[in-house]
Amino acid sequence: MTTSLFLVQLINGLQYGLLLFLIASGLTLVFGVMGILNLAHGSMYMVGAYLAWYFVEHTGSFGLSAILSAAIALLIGILVERTLIRQLYRRNHLDQVLLTIGMIFVFNALQSLLWGNDPLGVAVPEPLSGAVPLTEVLEYPVYRIFVALLCVAIAALMYFMINKTRLGMLIRAGESNREMVECLGIDIRKLYTIVFAIGVMLAAVAGVAAAPMSSIVPGMGEHILITCFVVVVIGGMGSIKGALVAALLVGLVDTFASVLLPQLSSMMIYILMAFILLLKPQGLFSS
Amino acid sequence: MFKPNRMLTAVAAGLATLSLSTTVAASDEPIKVGMMLPFSGVYGALGDATRNGLKMALQEKAPQLHGRKIEFIEIDTEARPERAPEISSSLLNNSKADFIIGPVHSGVAMGMLKVLRGKETVMIVPNAGAGPVTGPLCAPNVFRTSFSSWQPSYPMGEVALDNGYRKVVTMSWNYGMGKESLDAFEESFTAGGGEIVKKILVPFPKTEFQAYLSEIASINPDAVFVFFAGGGAVKFVKDYDALGLKGKIPLLGAGFLTEGTLEAQGSSAEGIMTTLHYADTLETAENLDFRKSYQAQFGKPSDIYAVQGYDTGLMIASAVNRMGGDVSDHASLIKTLENTTVESPRGAFTFSAAHNPVQNIYLRTVEGGVNKVLYVASPALSDPARGCKL
Repeated sequence: MTTSLFLVQLINGLQYGLLLFLIASGLTLVFGVMGILNLAHGSMYMVGAYLAWYFVEHTGSFGLSAILSAAIALLIGILVERTLIRQLYRRNHLDQVLLTIGMIFVFNALQSLLWGNDPLGVAVPEPLSGAVPLTEVLEYPVYRIFVALLCVAIAALMYFMINKTRLGMLIRAGESNREMVECLGIDIRKLYTIVFAIGVMLAAVAGVAAAPMSSIVPGMGEHILITCFVVVVIGGMGSIKGALVAALLVGLVDTFASVLLPQLSSMMIYILMAFILLLKPQGLFSS
Repeated sequence: MFKPNRMLTAVAAGLATLSLSTTVAASDEPIKVGMMLPFSGVYGALGDATRNGLKMALQEKAPQLHGRKIEFIEIDTEARPERAPEISSSLLNNSKADFIIGPVHSGVAMGMLKVLRGKETVMIVPNAGAGPVTGPLCAPNVFRTSFSSWQPSYPMGEVALDNGYRKVVTMSWNYGMGKESLDAFEESFTAGGGEIVKKILVPFPKTEFQAYLSEIASINPDAVFVFFAGGGAVKFVKDYDALGLKGKIPLLGAGFLTEGTLEAQGSSAEGIMTTLHYADTLETAENLDFRKSYQAQFGKPSDIYAVQGYDTGLMIASAVNRMGGDVSDHASLIKTLENTTVESPRGAFTFSAAHNPVQNIYLRTVEGGVNKVLYVASPALSDPARGCKL
């Protein structure tokens, strides 16, 4: 591999990893704070992508559809937490898995009814449609750089929110001791609603961001969910920092394995996960 | 899933027609057409289009059926191969279907063949392209109205050579249809002196293509030949454009790359050259009529899957007509089907000894958001049917 190809693949890996982080961060946040294993997280990614397509078709503005989609996702999050997830806090993980798998089926059926089964696509928004030449043949699209930067910005925002704000303090407190937070007179249920809704919104925003560079198809949520679980497990269930490191690791390993070990590439990230779990059974940054 | 309510409606409708007739002579019983198609899930749209086309043809040809009614028994396969044997034997033994039409998905085709291969009941495949169906697993009672995976890709090797491409990278998902397509391209391309400089097989259903495309860019071949379909085709074509390969390295493909995906691919698809046994833009009278009636009847444009379903219906109708309405003699039914010329929207076609269409393969290019036909890349192309003893 030449140096320039190596550098290009490095960028590919980082960019893929950052997008994975954006999707996985909501999953790990909800698990860390609320102890809820949300298998329908991938469905929210799908919903985000479909909403983006729908609003772009009707408003013509990608920025506006991103905002509308995020707002709707937030509402879906609040609604789902209030009606369904709330029943699960005192129950075990198996019940959570059952309910959230059921939600996957519901969201898939809704998608099929509302938007049909044909593959859909969203055009890259005009101001970001350019490309930076890398080699003689290869270019790097500005939009993908923008998404990578967006992911970094969201990671920084989450770091700031969790470590420097009152909400973040409550989240951290709720994570370590739910009863004590309640005893201090804080409405933990409201906190859970907020956290769950943010988790849903992060997945949907990832879906919106991915829409112009991927195809919007039925089942896109389940496919990404598996990779996200690998990220969350490697990083340590519930750790945002872990999710970031793990997502970058998975992105890089997957990219380089595709080129260097094509026969093994479909299992490399699972081999990586098994290897890390052997050394650190709780993941890299478990609390 | 097995859809009992759907089946009940169909059976009930059949019974209703029966009770209206005064006699119970055998020829007054409806001809039973069982459908094993995916009506839900990823291939749901394909199953719907196939069914629409099939019904439309039999409706149009109703005057030629010698008074025989058609009873449809529709079962959703969900494109799940593991359910195929069970559904097939139910249609064969319980419903006593005269024709079993299906499937879309090649894996399901294999499951159906386990049960139906060598039986008396005729099975007609309206899509699945798996080579073995009319190759090593061919059988007197098994027909195909679509294509073998070899057919659409083989002519592209010669097209590539004609365009002066000598070093080509091939790429597809690592599964049956993809590998068979790449092999067919390679067969004609290397026979004419071309060289496959790299063959990339991506794990199915992965759509992270960036790493592979970066590598292709560094190889900088004369052209790239791919097999992708559906959502993967959309993503691949958009990535190919976004990473700057479009316009620098010509992209060739089996026609599925730009079938039903053009709207989602947008301008990224412009200029892609593909080969297939059909194009929406064919300006034959049959195709123009077909597209007009389909649009009028179902309120949406037809596609290749609707054509294949339609041709399956034409094939059945023609056999029923030529046998005077009585299809109970299986041996002569098979003989009659073998000697059918289907006046298809894709152009007339006949059947090879292995029961696969002998048909034109068209070279198309994407221009202004449609697949424009350039010329017939290979007229009346017959699958080599390797391993078939028919």
